[in-house]
Amino acid sequence: MTPGAGVGPAAGDGPGGPRRVAVGRGGRRRDQAVALGWLVLIWLLLWGDVSWGNLLGGLVVGVAVLLFFPLPPVTFGGRLRPGALLVLAATFAAELISASVRVAAVAVRPGYRPRGAIIAVPLRVRTDLNLALTAEVISLVPGTLILDVDRDQGVLYVHVLDVRGPGDLAASRDRVLTVERRVVRAIGSAAEVRQLHTPPADRRKKS
Amino acid sequence: MTGLVADWLGAACLTAGALLSLAAGIGVLRFPDVLDRMHAATKPQVLGVLLLLAGVALRLRTASDVGMLVLVAVFQLATAPVAAQMVGRAAYRSGRVDRALLDTDELADR
Repeated sequence: MTPGAGVGPAAGDGPGGPRRVAVGRGGRRRDQAVALGWLVLIWLLLWGDVSWGNLLGGLVVGVAVLLFFPLPPVTFGGRLRPGALLVLAATFAAELISASVRVAAVAVRPGYRPRGAIIAVPLRVRTDLNLALTAEVISLVPGTLILDVDRDQGVLYVHVLDVRGPGDLAASRDRVLTVERRVVRAIGSAAEVRQLHTPPADRRKKS
Repeated sequence: MTGLVADWLGAACLTAGALLSLAAGIGVLRFPDVLDRMHAATKPQVLGVLLLLAGVALRLRTASDVGMLVLVAVFQLATAPVAAQMVGRAAYRSGRVDRALLDTDELADR
């Protein structure tokens, strides 16, 4: 897969792909402090009670984890929108329940062999964070399973369970893009939200 | 009174979660190939585990236990998709996917 196959010249550095934005030392420090806070919280939850000893232990373990298992920095250029975040959570919960029941029904229906399909869904916003979060939500909702992710092109390869016709494929594609829209509206930047209104070009390499 | 309501809600959550987990198990046994089985193994089970955790939390009702259960739920939600994707990708790349069961395969021409 050559980078930029079938893509315009500015594809890599448009608003959709600021993947390796230089993060200043201050930003990196702040991210690490936030991560340390979460690690300490997890440590306290694991022990089940808040005491000075546990707090100190959590800080020591948290610093050790951050020092010995450093993660690549995640660039977060957007901002949190509580309303859209709530929409994302609520629709996720509703879809989780309805789709769980559906897959469970398919599983126990006697003598029924479901057919599947693998579809490629190019996302409109190609940041790592959007790719990861959309894939996560899609994966958690039953009936769809992420098989592969093309990080450079921003394409998710989704396996869909219980396909009965071409209509189901189009519906699944729309569902993935709807999830992406909700994710971007919840955490994306203004430029990324605008990007949602441009139709997703087929960036897959034609063979 | 609130205790009684919480107990009943907890019991309902536990029953529903157990039924979903049972359906997931049946799906793993009955589905024809790896990808279909991954759906059954990771999905109704996600909601099943969440319901079981909610049921246990409603029964226990102590802060430290609920904290631990929330932690279990968060890690379950964070890790299940990753595991499913790794297994699914490994199955696809090693050719363990039954193509007769697929309507379309847009990953094939990549």
